[in-house]
Formats: sequence, C-alpha cells, structure tokens
Amino acid sequence: MSEWTTHEYDVVVIGAGGAGLRAAIEASRAGARTLIICKSLLGKAHTVMAEGGAAAALGNADDRDGWKTHFRDTMKGGKYLNNWRMAEIHAKEAADRIRELEQWGAVFDRTKSGKIHQRNFGGHTYPRLAHVGDSTGLELIRTLQERGVHLGIDVHMEYTVRELLLDDSGTCVGCIAYDRVDGSLHAYSAKSTILATGGITRCWSVCSGSWEYTGDGHALALWAGAELIDMEFVQFHPTGMVWPPSVRGILVTEGVRGEGGVLKNSEGKRFMFDNIPEMFKADTAETEEEADEWVRQVVAGEKLSVRRPPELLTRDVVAKAINKEVAEGRGSPHGGAFLDIATRRSTEEIIAKLPSMHHQFKELAAVDITKESMEVGPTAHYVMGGVRVNPESQESTVPGLYAAGEVASGLHGANRLGGNSLSDLIVFGKRAGEFAAARASELDQPSLKKKTIVSAAESILEPLGREEGENPGAIYDDLREMMQQKVGIIRTAALLEEAINDLDNIAERTKSCNPGSNKRYNSGWHQALDLGNMIDVSRSCALAALRRTESRGAHTRDDHPQSDGEKWGHTTIVVKMKEGKVIIQEEELEQPPPEVESRLERSLKGGEEE
Amino acid sequence: MTKKVSLRIFRGEKGEGDLKEYEVELDEGMVLLDCIHRLQHEQESDLSSRWNCKAGKCGSCSAEINGKAKLMCMTRMSDILAETPEGKPIDVRPLRTFPHIKDLVTDVSWNYEMASKVKGIKGPEEPDWEFHQFEADRAQEFRTCIECFICQNTCHVLREYHKFEDFGGPRTFVRIANFEMHPMDEEDRISDVKDVFGIGYCNITKCCTDVCPAGINITDNAIIPLKERVVDQHYDPLAIIWRKLRGKA
Repeated sequence: MSEWTTHEYDVVVIGAGGAGLRAAIEASRAGARTLIICKSLLGKAHTVMAEGGAAAALGNADDRDGWKTHFRDTMKGGKYLNNWRMAEIHAKEAADRIRELEQWGAVFDRTKSGKIHQRNFGGHTYPRLAHVGDSTGLELIRTLQERGVHLGIDVHMEYTVRELLLDDSGTCVGCIAYDRVDGSLHAYSAKSTILATGGITRCWSVCSGSWEYTGDGHALALWAGAELIDMEFVQFHPTGMVWPPSVRGILVTEGVRGEGGVLKNSEGKRFMFDNIPEMFKADTAETEEEADEWVRQVVAGEKLSVRRPPELLTRDVVAKAINKEVAEGRGSPHGGAFLDIATRRSTEEIIAKLPSMHHQFKELAAVDITKESMEVGPTAHYVMGGVRVNPESQESTVPGLYAAGEVASGLHGANRLGGNSLSDLIVFGKRAGEFAAARASELDQPSLKKKTIVSAAESILEPLGREEGENPGAIYDDLREMMQQKVGIIRTAALLEEAINDLDNIAERTKSCNPGSNKRYNSGWHQALDLGNMIDVSRSCALAALRRTESRGAHTRDDHPQSDGEKWGHTTIVVKMKEGKVIIQEEELEQPPPEVESRLERSLKGGEEE
Repeated sequence: MTKKVSLRIFRGEKGEGDLKEYEVELDEGMVLLDCIHRLQHEQESDLSSRWNCKAGKCGSCSAEINGKAKLMCMTRMSDILAETPEGKPIDVRPLRTFPHIKDLVTDVSWNYEMASKVKGIKGPEEPDWEFHQFEADRAQEFRTCIECFICQNTCHVLREYHKFEDFGGPRTFVRIANFEMHPMDEEDRISDVKDVFGIGYCNITKCCTDVCPAGINITDNAIIPLKERVVDQHYDPLAIIWRKLRGKA
C-alpha cells in the first residue's frame, strides 16, 4: 500500500523558472498561500540559460520604438498564426515588467545616459532587448528567486509532479508528486494550479535544453484533458555549438549577431544575403556595405538610418539557410556554418558584450572567439506550441488549471522572436498568478479523492518493482535520436509516419525497462517516468507536423515546401487526448478586429514567405 | 581502438559507501559530466548526479574531482587526464562540506536558509532608475554568481570548523555585497554582516576566490569591503563619535 503526505494550498505553481517564479510572486502578493514545486534546486531552471535579453519597447535605445511596433514584429515573426490578443498584451505590458524587475534588484546594462541598455535581435525593428551581457536569464531568475524568498513563498525543491488531480466535473484540484531525493509521495490540494514547466526540446538529441525539458507540463495538461495547440512549431535555433560532439547543441546567443557577428560558408561567403524571404526584403540590407554601416551605427550608438543585416532575420529563416549550406556541401568542417565576431569587433568589446560566449568556447571547444570564427548549426531550442490558454487569464481549457511561459501557447505563432521568451515569462507569469489567486479567493479547499491518489501513486512506483529489463537511459537516447532524424528541422510525410510507428515501439520498451528498485535519487527511475511524457509530447508534435501540409515559420515540409495561405494561413492545429489516444483537429484561428489588423501592415496576405 | 578512461566514483547514501571503479569510453572533447551521463545511461542506471545547463551557467554539477571542487560540465577530460598520474583512475566525490544524500549529490539546503536571512533591495518607489554602467559594474560582478556552492564547500570555516550556525560563508557575502554595492540601494545590512553572518570568522585566506568558476573576486571585492564597513560602523571610535555628533548613531 502506498503512503503519501497531503498538503493544502491556495495556489500551486509547478516549475520555478521565470514564469513560475513570477506567477508565485503575484499570487503570494495577492494574499494566496502559494507553493512552488520544482524538479531542480531553486535558481537552476532553464531560464538561467537564456542569454540575449528580454524584449520590451522601453524606447531607451531608439525613441521611435513603442508597443505597437513590438506587436507588429511579434505577429510578423510568428507568420500571423499568433493569438493576436496575447501578442498585444505582451507588447503593452513587457516594459512595465522589466522596470519592475529593476526595482527588485536586477542590474541591467546601461546606456550612456544611465537608462536600461537595449540590444538588437532578429526580427525586432529597433534595439529592444534589455540585457546583462549575455547572461540575462541568470539575472532574471536570481532577481525573481530573491524576491520570492523575501515574500516567504514555500518551495518544494527536487520534486516531480506526475499527475494533475481532477474532481468529478473535470476541474483541476491539485496534483501528485514524488520527492526525487527520497522517493516519498506528496498529494497537493490546490484551488488553482499553474503549469510553468517550460518546454520539450529534450526530445531531440541536438538541443539546447537541460534534462528538465521533458515536456512535463505539456503531458500533464494533455492527460488532464486540456487542449494543446501549435505543436508542429518547434524552433530550431540557428546557432548551437556543433563541435566537440559532447557540446553539440549548446546555445550560442543571437546576441553575437546582434553585436555585428556574420555568418559565412566554407567559401567565405555571407550566404544570408541569398536567403532573404520576400516578406522581409523591405527591412533587410541588400549589400554588405549597408549591413556594415548598420553595425557601425549600432557600435557608435547612433540612431539607425540603414537596414539590418540579413544575419538578423528571424530564427526559422537563418536556421534553414545554414541547413541548406551544409546540405549543399558548403558547411564548416564539423557540419555547421562559420559565425565570425572576431574580425567585426575589438577583443575588449567582445569580452565585455559576450563574456559567457567567450568563456564557453574557450573552455569547451578550445576556440578563442576574439581571434577565430565559431562553428555553429541549428539546435532544438524552443516549442511555440503548448497549452491553449485564455489570453487574459492564462487559464487552460481545464477549469482551475493555468499555464504560463513556454508550456503555454499562442504568443509566438509559427516562430518566436528572440527576446520574446523572457518577456513572455514575466508578462504572462504575472497574469497567471494574478488570475489564479483571484479564483482561489472564491473557493473552499478542494478535497482529494483517495482512489485517484492511490492509482497515481501506484503508477509512479510501478517501474521500481520490475525484476529485469533494459536501462531506461538507453531508451531515452534512442527516442531523442529518432526525433532528431525524423521530426527534425526538415520533415516529410514518410519520415513523420515512421516516427509515429517508432514511438509505439519506444512506448512498449518503456513499459518493461528496469531502473532498479532504489527510491533514493535514482536517475534511472526518473528517466523511466519522464519517458512517458516524452512519448506523448513527441507524438503530439509528429501528428501535428504530419497534418500541416505546408511550410510556415519553424515548420518545414520537404514534400510541401510552400506556404499555403489559402488552406493553412488561418488554421490552428489542436491536440488533445481521448480515451488514452492523442488526437488532432483543425480549427479556424481567430483574426484580429479591423482596428488591430490595420496595425499589422501585412506585407503579404496570410503571411506567406519563400 | 576506442579510448577508455577509468573513473573512481563515490557510491553510497548518507555518507556511507565507498569508491567504485568504472571504465567509460571516451570521445573527443568530452567533459567529465559526459562520462557520468554515459556511465548512468549504459551501466549504472541509478547513479545520482545533479546537472542542468552543461555550460557552466547554472552551478548544479559541482563535485570534488581529484580532490578539487569543480563543475563537472566545465572539466574537460583531456585536462583532467593530463593532471592524473598515468594508470591512475580519476577520483570523483561529492562536495564534502554538506550532508551527503546519494552518490554525487549532497544536501545544500543550508545555503538557501542563509539566503533567506539576507535583507533584499530597498530602492526608490518610482520606476525607471537611472545609474551609469560604471556603477552597475560593481554590483554586476557579484550577480554572475551561479550558486555552485564550491566556495562554501572550500571555505575552512565551514569545511573544517562547521560554523554553520554562526557564519554565512563566501556565497552569502557575495549576495550581500551585490545589494550593498547596488547604486540605488538604501538598506542597512552591516550589523547583520557582523552578527548574523559572522564575517569576523573569515581570515581572508582567499581559498574561495581561488575556486570560483565564475571568476568573482570574492575576497577583495566582496568580503574585504564588507569587513571595512563593519569596522567603520562598529569599531572605529572616530566614526562613531562623528555619527553621534551628526545625530546618526
């Protein structure tokens, strides 16, 4: 018979990255008894790895900037598949959330006049990213962590949530978790539950994500009956490290290009000039001279009067271009492209602006980026898809269940702009916390059904009772390699169908893997359980990718290379679970009202590219 | 022929256990954390270790490698093999200063308790603070701390004398210094530095600075200035009289 400890809270937040911490701070500030449950130690969540900055139209670097431009850039970058209202809220509120972080102790880099400095990034019309060198995520998480600690928010560190608990009406009333340290079980009664679990990119073998990125929140939501949307859109960041093999995938910040870095192929050519999509032609430099003048103006801190270099096109465009160079035999020795900042900026400037990149390449690849080019290539970085939420409140389609940050969907459409993730976390983290606390204030403490807890507890402990079987780590590696090969940056129907079959086999193998019987900090047991989420999340991606028979944003089909605005320009793919099976359906995407539409200045109807 | 490396890893729970030797295949460019992962995925499913970013940014994977505390993700096998005597295995143990949990994982919760005792920032109510980069620089150095707790593990006040009740350790002083050096902060933490965090126990041997993977000049830039502020506020008779005369005692 399983044993567990029961806890009662108003608001339980699952995840302690930027969104989770910001949500917990807001809920706590509203008077809710708030708990954070997180898989790692506090302050280690994936947000810590964010480098470039947080996008907000503060207008410090260029006073022509404002929320309307930020809104337009976000929608354009997302190929207009964004939830327009989320994009509007985000653009309007990001600046206040950044100012608030500063008052909580974040020390952003400064302009000459002493304001928050803003950096250029792909797809943003003006320099817009508030940053701290190239380790902005660390600053954000530490600031929020300290704020949370001073508010006295309870934290259950190194706990993994395995199931959301529902009442008879299908309302979320809490969750069940296990303590990774000693394997003990914990049931939580919560009036509101917020998913802030981040992403899913650990499902690919070349990724920039940590072990935490196993799609926990996506799977928990799916299993609880919530809808996911946009799961076909997985962002492959164009610049991950490619060598040595052990660091393949680790992120190289877009800030390198924002500071003037250029991409070259093995022939020394700046190939991005040949890869400018129609919809971005008007905003992009045509010649190297124009692009170099842009860098000169940026370095001098002048107001920009020329167009940006094509290296700063949106991530989907740059990733595909690098992929093409490699495929056509013009790649770097280890299968990437060359990213050169050494010949563009002085050694002192590189070390001041990109300290962690300098350190990372020196320590891990024995490359001095002030003297040599980096080798870079695409890495699975971010999922635009996730839990469908109400744009105002962040509540999912399951009452009492909220989602914020990467696990939620809608803001980024078919492709996220760099810098919009950190601002997403704080804008929608705050909203989720606020609305979750308001809901909780009107409810009694839900009672939990013993039967549900017992069955959840049994499935958590089940892998420990197996006498023999393969190492879960081996299945984990196979799943990631399979997804890399078959649901990667370039997709075809044949490969996607194979992937769906392979997932069935992997699911079978998972049922009989053997992590040993020790409950205490047993990495194999943790992996055996994580595999369950990874399989369903991978399946959601593959099914959605198979259904969308066009190429748009981050989703590229080799067998359907064009955008099909007629069929897909206004269509969202919805994923849900029915009787234990992942199913998908198409839905018409809500279009912005005319007064908002006019702000978009769409260059092409439906946002076609290529 | 594939190259192999011998690792001797501490296996056990709550401090009970011993070093076990393993052989792991080596690829070009691997770091120690890769070897630990390979071992866990291929041989020892229940081997415990912490990690997150694998790029020196999160401070999760601290361990004592051949007797020296480092981040496993930033320890290149080629470097560690060069310093290990020929034919000897590489020793990998958990941080010794903190209570042991299992294998390479220790209980670092004491550090979080210390963090909660540090008073937070207190600045102007109005947003849009203005200060210059040279002012930001002083606080930003401390904000690069990744909380790997290697400094805490190395500090002899904690490691040898176990002054967990009376002493905050270098990480805590870096945290305090980050607020104290913030250009807009108005909070007073100096009495706490002396009484709650026991800065007097530190005799500036700079061991913490030597091991910091973020390269923070902990002793010179955080601890010594804090010690000076304590002296100024609590022990300097002229300063005390001067404050009394100005009515700020």
